[in-house]
Amino acid sequence: MEFIILLIVFAISTIVGYRLISNVPSLLHTPLMSGMNALSGVTVLGALVAAAVALRTGSKALGIAAIMLATVNLVGGFMVTGRMLRMFRSGK
Amino acid sequence: MNFGIYEAAVAAVILAVLTGIRMMSSARTASLGNWIGSAAMLAAIALVLWHNNIIGTAELYAAMGLGALVGIVLALRVTMIRMPQMVALLNGLGGGASFLVALSVIFQNHEAMDIPARSTGQLALIIGAVTLSGSLVAAGKLHGLLPQRPVRIRGAGILSFLFLAALGGLGSWATFADAGTAAVVSLAVLALALLFGIHFTLPIGGADMPVAISLLNSYSGLAASICGFAINDILLVSIGAIVGAAGLILTRIMCRAMNRSLIDVLTGGAERANAAPAKAQSPAFAPAAAEEPTAAADPASLLASASSVIVIPGYGMALAQAQSQVRALYDLLESRGTTVRFAIHPVAGRMPGHMNVLLAEVDIPYELLVEMDAINPDFASTDVALVVGACDVVNPAANTAEGTPIYGMPVLRAEDAKNVIVCNMDRRPGYSGVENTLYAMSKVCFIEGNAAETLERLTVAVGASAAS
Repeated sequence: MEFIILLIVFAISTIVGYRLISNVPSLLHTPLMSGMNALSGVTVLGALVAAAVALRTGSKALGIAAIMLATVNLVGGFMVTGRMLRMFRSGK
Repeated sequence: MNFGIYEAAVAAVILAVLTGIRMMSSARTASLGNWIGSAAMLAAIALVLWHNNIIGTAELYAAMGLGALVGIVLALRVTMIRMPQMVALLNGLGGGASFLVALSVIFQNHEAMDIPARSTGQLALIIGAVTLSGSLVAAGKLHGLLPQRPVRIRGAGILSFLFLAALGGLGSWATFADAGTAAVVSLAVLALALLFGIHFTLPIGGADMPVAISLLNSYSGLAASICGFAINDILLVSIGAIVGAAGLILTRIMCRAMNRSLIDVLTGGAERANAAPAKAQSPAFAPAAAEEPTAAADPASLLASASSVIVIPGYGMALAQAQSQVRALYDLLESRGTTVRFAIHPVAGRMPGHMNVLLAEVDIPYELLVEMDAINPDFASTDVALVVGACDVVNPAANTAEGTPIYGMPVLRAEDAKNVIVCNMDRRPGYSGVENTLYAMSKVCFIEGNAAETLERLTVAVGASAAS
């Protein structure tokens, strides 16, 4: 049952995301890509739970490593996106 | 599934992320959109910590703090020129995080997981690992640590098939095995997937990088989403899927702009190998060369007397770091009342939108950065088209030279302008290997050499001709 719900969420997110992102002009493709890149750090949410509930040392270490990688992705991604977007200046 | 506070908060986070993305469709609101996206993710982290009752677990904060610190340092230090490899690197880390989570859960929980969770766990392991090693190879190529040219391996197609078959076999084995076996087999899956990522990215050449980066971006989202299936987390599934869709769109746009199929790019473009004979097939080339002497008009006086100029930047501008020289020339021309605009080809550079970022960095107003389809009709009424380090994207052979790799690729119609000035390093063909028939046209003035130096000399000369 849960799996079906997740599949539906997956399908809807893909369609809605696809439609929204189609509207982004090529002017902003680089910041769009790095912004999306930052969002792929969403894995940190899974990593937090995995690391917290892990009982075995190996699983715990993997979870902690995952948190670190995902946060680098998340924070670095949002910051470079912000840096780039601030550069886009209107002439008017 | 009971709909409680947690579910409502999850829906709010997803809505906020979508709102942020929606705001990315205009330069005016994009910055705020990025803030909304970041705030939504921060809220999501707090939500997950609260919901799972792990808000007091100290080591989580230590790991996040360390990761954030590294992310901040990387983001502050990177230059715009190096942005493509930065994006590739961050992308890889996202993929890495996804496979680590999958592995951690497989080690910890295998017995308790049902078959869908186990099989998606294996899939997350594979896609995450391919994303990590593939992105690192791409970043290495972009940074010049690995050869930019496509590295072709004989029988690469068969090898890919064997990789996929082996990954599928091992993944299924791990899904149905007992915990001990599953752990060991999962490690084998991981190793094989990492190798496959390398095998998959090595054949992709430098100028095809915009496609490769977009595709890897899509994979990193997909990895997060599939990982969400394995651990039953709606936020991962949803946001990962959105990222996957974004990467897919960019991949499609890039492929279309290069007139290449995805398969073609992934195999390193079999066509490129026999591009050499293309030279003979381009009809305009030989006869036009004879007319050469009529060109010769002094480029500086052409620019000085022009009332409209369109600048066409390419990867050569980035290589020569000529953006500030472009900016200086733009300032001078603009102060003289010349209309200056910039024509941006979708695949100019090494990632989608690369030229826009470089020009925005030197404060060129974004209204002047015009997309290919919008500006192409205007070349005919333009006095000077100024090409700065671009080759394939202005090659008229794309319209005429049938059977060459670039035939049918949409290009900027610089040849329609009344005069063309080309500031390129040399006359060699671009990445496509097809001779550029533009160079030989009589209205083209070709200035060989480093674009930054050329532009600096041009700017001085235009200034001097104004004074006299």
